Amino acid sequence: MKMINLTINNIPVSVPEGTTILQAAKKIGVDIPSLCYLKDINCIGACRVCVVEIVGRRGLTASCTYPVEEGMKVLTNTPAVRASRKTTLELILSTHNRKCLSCERSGKCELQKLAADYGLDEDRFAVEEELVPIDYSTPYVVRDNNKCINCQRCISACKNVQAVGAIGNIRRGYDVHVGSPFELGLGSTACVGCGQCIVACPVGALSEVSNIDKVWAAISDPAKKVVFFTAPSIAATLGECFDMPVGTNVEGKMVTAIKMLGDVEAFNMNITADLTIVEEANELINRVKSDKPLPMFTSCCPGWVKYVEHFYPEFIPNLSTCKSPQQMFGALLKSYYCEKNGIDPKDLFVVSVIPCTAKKFEVEREEFHADVDVALTTRELAKMIKNASINFNELPDSEFTDPFAIATGAGAIFGATGGVMEAALRTANNLLGGNNEAVVFSDVRGTTGIKEATYTINGTEVAVCVASGLANAKKVLEMIKSGEKNYLFVEIMACPGGCINGGGQPYQFDAVRNFVDLKAIRASVLYKSDDANGLRKSHESPVVKALYDEYLGAPGAEKAHHLLHTKYTARKKYN
Amino acid sequence: MSIGNSIEFMGTPAQEAELKKVIAKYKEQPGGLMPALQEAQGIYGYLPYEVQKMLAEGLDVSMSEVYGVSTFYAQFSLVPKGKYIISVCLGTACYVKGADRVLTAIEEKLGIKSGECTPDRKFSIEACRCVGACGLAPVMTVNGEVYGKVTPEQAVKVIEKYMAKED
Repeated sequence: MKMINLTINNIPVSVPEGTTILQAAKKIGVDIPSLCYLKDINCIGACRVCVVEIVGRRGLTASCTYPVEEGMKVLTNTPAVRASRKTTLELILSTHNRKCLSCERSGKCELQKLAADYGLDEDRFAVEEELVPIDYSTPYVVRDNNKCINCQRCISACKNVQAVGAIGNIRRGYDVHVGSPFELGLGSTACVGCGQCIVACPVGALSEVSNIDKVWAAISDPAKKVVFFTAPSIAATLGECFDMPVGTNVEGKMVTAIKMLGDVEAFNMNITADLTIVEEANELINRVKSDKPLPMFTSCCPGWVKYVEHFYPEFIPNLSTCKSPQQMFGALLKSYYCEKNGIDPKDLFVVSVIPCTAKKFEVEREEFHADVDVALTTRELAKMIKNASINFNELPDSEFTDPFAIATGAGAIFGATGGVMEAALRTANNLLGGNNEAVVFSDVRGTTGIKEATYTINGTEVAVCVASGLANAKKVLEMIKSGEKNYLFVEIMACPGGCINGGGQPYQFDAVRNFVDLKAIRASVLYKSDDANGLRKSHESPVVKALYDEYLGAPGAEKAHHLLHTKYTARKKYN
Repeated sequence: MSIGNSIEFMGTPAQEAELKKVIAKYKEQPGGLMPALQEAQGIYGYLPYEVQKMLAEGLDVSMSEVYGVSTFYAQFSLVPKGKYIISVCLGTACYVKGADRVLTAIEEKLGIKSGECTPDRKFSIEACRCVGACGLAPVMTVNGEVYGKVTPEQAVKVIEKYMAKED
């Protein structure tokens, strides 16, 4: 790789050809600010906050898009640079709804941080503008254009990363704004609810629909029994909301904190991840035996499911009929758990904590009969813990509540792309009489967008594919459609990297996202917890075994089918 | 009523067939959306929801993209033109002579704003800049016919004259 030598603020730097000035500056400890640039998502040089001086060049240059050149002399901290950034930021603030105190993003807002860093006068160019209506048309995302700074990150995330294009630029010049076609609201579009726009947004223009109040109301209602369950990736990311380093496993503190919210139970959703694997493996084998449509696609990601329903309804028969772990858990709680404990299902209030905004849509799907009452994101759980003045960082650890406490390592890795596939391979390997020792399938690990592998298990060839990010999923679907590829089983997660990078996960500043591989570090928590678990295979879970023995019968049996499987509906792309 | 518009979409099968030809022509062409929109507007006179939806599906681009382009360029209209196109000059001379009051009177008479079209598609109003008859300020035109030195009351009379005309 050709190296380029340059100086930044008179410090010599050597970086590979093609590196941008913004990336190179990181090497000497300078975080050049930017509001539009976001690695892997948006690189358009639009906001002009990242400008720098290049000696010998007229004017200032946007460092996020400009590649380094041999002998280049870059200055990132001159009076002209500081003055330009300050004016640009003040102009951005001029039309921004500056109600920071009550803003969802307060403390995690990139604009707010820069306003403090650059000592801005927030009223220098301020204009009085009428507020525009806020888009509340979906049960998962709120879009508030009064806070939008037109950085385009959300549009890029939706169009390029997710191949959905639910939002775009409307009009031009001063009137330009982000919105859905004909301003009909996100609910009228093929938005899949992934929430990647929310985590890409530098300010508070996008946020989840908050359900916190409903949960507090249930907790204080003496007639209600409240139970929480947490998705595999929550323990890997919740600590970030409490300023812990990325990659801290906080499972024990999380359980303690949930139990401190009130008289509630804290269950482990990894258990229904295990259950999903057992049901899905059984379904896959039946599909092969009975000539049903193959490849089979995973169905645990509600963003992906909605994507298929809108964009590729012809593949609906390929979606596994298994409910997602969230909905399996809801169904079991409202049946098995209620029966066992003599609770009237209408008095049981089920709260799932998930890294995902699409799950908020999923809980409202008619076919699930409100089995899960409320889905909270990682961020919302953190907010509840803060509401309750719990000093999270100093909490002791505690264990999940029985009978839904113990899960396998296979359940834990569900939160990372390739995790469901690996968990399925472990079980399939056993069911097909393969090598009993095999637990690690490293070809399907890692954050690459599309991964393929072929395993020969006891003479049977198993070709699999794993994709995350819906633009990657689209590529895989097109390859299957054209006959270019043939797989037996395909895992798709809507969010790049899987649930650990979900739309409901903690906000991270661009300065972190641009230089730290959040997906890999968060995923490593799950793989470590899998490694440390004595149980690595879903079908060996004592809880899953007990569920079948006591209640469900056998995988795919009538009761299991009724409670754990579902159906899908083709949806239009437009009204 | 059409989605995102108070005016009913009245596309004919013949127009749809023509639009399909346009889509086929630009389907494989990179950057084909803009000329396709132009030709679609040529067929329908404007770009309502129904037409944009057909373009999005036909060209395999998102509706956001289609809507974004159609609202970016001033030459694209999302509103049909009426049978009678009323233009009120808001150029300097007309303006100082009270053209804004003339415009308001017409808007009130027809119940629509400048840039809109009546639901029966009989009238649309637009504000224009200088028709070159400053001596007659304030000036309005209806389908090119010039009415000079109009008061708000006279403007309403002019509209009533066209309202009385048989279709």
